[in-house]
Amino acid sequence: MTDQALKTTPLNAAHRALGARMVGFGGYDMPVQYEGVLAEHRWTREHAGLFDVSHMGQCKITGADATTQFERFVPGDYEILKAGKQKYSLLLNSEGGIIDDLMAGRPDHDGLFVVVNAGNKDEDFAFWEANLEGDAKLTVLDRALIAIQGPEAAQVMAAHEPILAEMGFMECARLMLFGADCYVSRSGYTGEDGYEISVPADQAERVWNTILEDARVKPIGLGARDSLRLEAGLPLHGHDIDPTTSPVEGALTFALSKSRKERADFNGAERILKELADGPSRVRIGLIVKEGAPAREGAEIADADGNVIGKVTSGGPSPTLGKNIAMGYVPPAYAALGAELKVIVRGKTAAAEVVAMPFVAQRYYRKPKTV
Amino acid sequence: MKFTKDHEWVSLDGDIATVGISKHAADALGDVVFVEVPEVGKTVAKGDSFAVVESVKAASDVYAPVSGEVVEANDALSTAPETVNSAPQADGWFAKIKVSDAAELDALMDQAAYDAFLATL
Repeated sequence: MTDQALKTTPLNAAHRALGARMVGFGGYDMPVQYEGVLAEHRWTREHAGLFDVSHMGQCKITGADATTQFERFVPGDYEILKAGKQKYSLLLNSEGGIIDDLMAGRPDHDGLFVVVNAGNKDEDFAFWEANLEGDAKLTVLDRALIAIQGPEAAQVMAAHEPILAEMGFMECARLMLFGADCYVSRSGYTGEDGYEISVPADQAERVWNTILEDARVKPIGLGARDSLRLEAGLPLHGHDIDPTTSPVEGALTFALSKSRKERADFNGAERILKELADGPSRVRIGLIVKEGAPAREGAEIADADGNVIGKVTSGGPSPTLGKNIAMGYVPPAYAALGAELKVIVRGKTAAAEVVAMPFVAQRYYRKPKTV
Repeated sequence: MKFTKDHEWVSLDGDIATVGISKHAADALGDVVFVEVPEVGKTVAKGDSFAVVESVKAASDVYAPVSGEVVEANDALSTAPETVNSAPQADGWFAKIKVSDAAELDALMDQAAYDAFLATL
């Protein structure tokens, strides 16, 4: 099973010591599960799960022109992003297709800290290297990234550093944590409250093991990470969104800042603004499959008469709902909530209903408003 | 009980073969969430995909270890797919096949040979 071509994260030995089953993902040898996907999924929804996501790309974009240059290729307003905040955004090609989705924030006063997908990071970094102008400078960071997610994540982390409990969803900071220089954000990819912590590679195993000492925390593999993000309605790049998909088609218009739409000054703005005005030709929807097998990536979606109208881009059982759920693309005429559609799995047609996403309510921590 | 290299098992009683997936296969799959058993009356050839077993992550084909006609399917798996994990080589059976050529079983591995095969993986 060992593939010499696979890269390892700084936590590889820790995963093996925990008895993880390892698989290749995004070019890395990663833990797909420890005790089992279902148990890990449920543990994260009920307690706190610890994830090694060090395969993801981390970089800094710095310099006086950093924000203006970064904004040329994303539709978010980063000029007005305050220190201590981060924002989800999309790296767009000139046709408005999604090269990658990402998180970019200001954890300190030194430019933007950006996290991108593992499978796209080389391409993203090359893109910025080739396209950032002026004095904007890309620095790729060789750090581990550890996520802790779940309703008990905040209590677990507050025991180590009380200030973390005061962060709100999508806030970020650079601070000393476990004696290490860390970037921390209150965010994640499960729909739960929690944090993503960027740790110097040589400190990662110590930080990982320290957090795991808390009985409320268990290690969670990529299997449950995928089922958790699916329940949370969060797209997976390369599957639910890709360089042919626009933010409008991908149901990610929340990532289009009002000011940027008005200025129409980002890559692909022409297509995106046209789709906003006239409607896209297809749109990402959520489905509950009411009978039969899970509908997974590639399964066809049909209208009530059985005419194929689209495809599932990811799907599977929802452990929380006890139902099979899926995301996919259909023309907007079929995308109304409650619309009765079909999915075709291995030649068998099953009833499906368009439902709102997230499938399972998100439980992000919003700070009480203070004026 | 005999085994295939694809990790199906078959147990012959007269000319009726009960088939399922091995404990090794069930453990490797992890939590089984869905099983599609073959329809009774279907004729299968050895090596045909005749059932599907799904974990949270993926769907996997199950191949017929012998040729014949499906005479019974384990419909209990539709409501209790987790039986494949808890009792893969007993209550977690998939189907019973009336074998057309019992000699096909000769080519399959017995427990000792299967254990030796697993050790090479």
